[in-house]
Amino acid sequence: MSYFKKIFKAIHTLFQGMSVTGNYFFPNALTRKHVITCQYPEEPPVIFERFKGEVVMWHNENNEHRCTGCQACEIACPNGSIEIIWKWEINPETGRKKKAIDQHIYHLSMCTMCSLCIQACPTNAIMWSTNFHHATYDRGLLTKVLNKPGSKLMEGVEE
Amino acid sequence: MSEQVITHSDIKFQEYFLNMGPQHPATHGVLRLILTLDGEEVVGIEPDLGYIHRGIEKMCEYDTYRQIIHLTDRFDYLSSHMNNEAVCLAVEKALEVEVTDRIKVIRTMMDELTRIASHLLWWGVMGMDVGALTTFMYAFRDREMINEIMEKTTGARLTMSYNIPGGVMFDLHKDFQKDVKNLIAHMRKVLPEYDRLLTGNVIFQRRMKGIGTLSKEDAVNYGATGPVARASGISCDTRKHEPYSAYNRVKFNEVIETAGDNLARYQVRMQEMYESLDILEQLVDNIPEGDYQVAMRNLIKLPKGEFYQSVETARGEFGVFIVSDGKKNPYRVHFRSPGFNNLNALLKAGLGGKIADLVATMSTFDFVIPDIDR
Repeated sequence: MSYFKKIFKAIHTLFQGMSVTGNYFFPNALTRKHVITCQYPEEPPVIFERFKGEVVMWHNENNEHRCTGCQACEIACPNGSIEIIWKWEINPETGRKKKAIDQHIYHLSMCTMCSLCIQACPTNAIMWSTNFHHATYDRGLLTKVLNKPGSKLMEGVEE
Repeated sequence: MSEQVITHSDIKFQEYFLNMGPQHPATHGVLRLILTLDGEEVVGIEPDLGYIHRGIEKMCEYDTYRQIIHLTDRFDYLSSHMNNEAVCLAVEKALEVEVTDRIKVIRTMMDELTRIASHLLWWGVMGMDVGALTTFMYAFRDREMINEIMEKTTGARLTMSYNIPGGVMFDLHKDFQKDVKNLIAHMRKVLPEYDRLLTGNVIFQRRMKGIGTLSKEDAVNYGATGPVARASGISCDTRKHEPYSAYNRVKFNEVIETAGDNLARYQVRMQEMYESLDILEQLVDNIPEGDYQVAMRNLIKLPKGEFYQSVETARGEFGVFIVSDGKKNPYRVHFRSPGFNNLNALLKAGLGGKIADLVATMSTFDFVIPDIDR
């Protein structure tokens, strides 16, 4: 008797489980009600504003950035993703030398997206962009220079 | 032609070895178990570690205390927030910094969200290990809601690095409370559905009940913690015994089962999800106002001494032991990861069963291999 009882119980639980899957399957097949997948290349994915895509340096319309070359981000970075090559810039009026960035190099391939550089930056020069299309055919393209060519320090940042 | 008669004494019996892993799909990573088999019965298990060893403890000795945190994401990536919190709490304990109530509540809520996400992933993958593929789809659908909450607030879905010594990195997103309430309502609806789909199923019960039994004594002897130990009847919840963050102001039960078999471990985790929802429900409307960061020096130097802080991750007790000699880098950091000790308990629990039972037992132990091998 218990043998048949077991068979009955097995069939019962089978249908119990299938009632759950059926509740999703039939509405989905008819109306696509519970569909949560996103057809990625055709449909753009939802990206939230705090998403950590890659580090970028903000430039205004006059091609000016806010980076003073203090190297706080380079020190804060745990795995050496940021390298700053700096130079002395001579003020033509006063003749005084001033430290400025030549190249702000960012190795995206080494970055672990820990946000420490952005927290460390005293002038809010670098920030996260939400770009996530990082795939390239050449590994060298993942090493980026963040300051645009010919850009210079914005007035009044250092005060 | 004489007839050849084979008697029982002519057949030679011998034990043989079988490698399970390092690329076995049921080990969820690169865990290699060297099995000694007698027929299909497992008579010996020996783990071979080192396939994903990264030397994080050594790397920590060259990093400052702020930089250690992002490495702890990479142990148990499913409970990365709790791992981060352990380091932060240890540093705050050493510096005797008291964080605001808001930070405590944010950390606790994030912990519980991470715990639910981790248990959901475990439920889905465990169903897949015993042959029910639907669970994987359902669990990942619901886990996506938590991932989105995380992404909105912390900017990352898995390795969040959200905690910093003296607070959290960003304030909560403005949708946080609404999303968490949505999540609680949704989870309360789908968790009974999970039970109907899998828990009561006869095939599943036969794979779970009485298989992979870990006695209370063995669980203590092998240093098991977390749901594995609680399923064997040991009260070991760090949230209860040494409350950190805001756990002393919420009411929740420590789920304890006594059977110690696969089904008990399954039930403990399923019940823990309900408990986590309870904690979230108590806190979601009571997030106090205040700062989300306490001002701390940019370069943190701990005083000389030894500091230990343990937290309850989704897999058990995660401990951080820092030896400081007063410099900006720690002299030595040791991490007590739950997976490593639970693996030792598996070596006991998996003995005597069939190979297929070992797969089921392993999935109820819920291993994350980078946690074992760090």
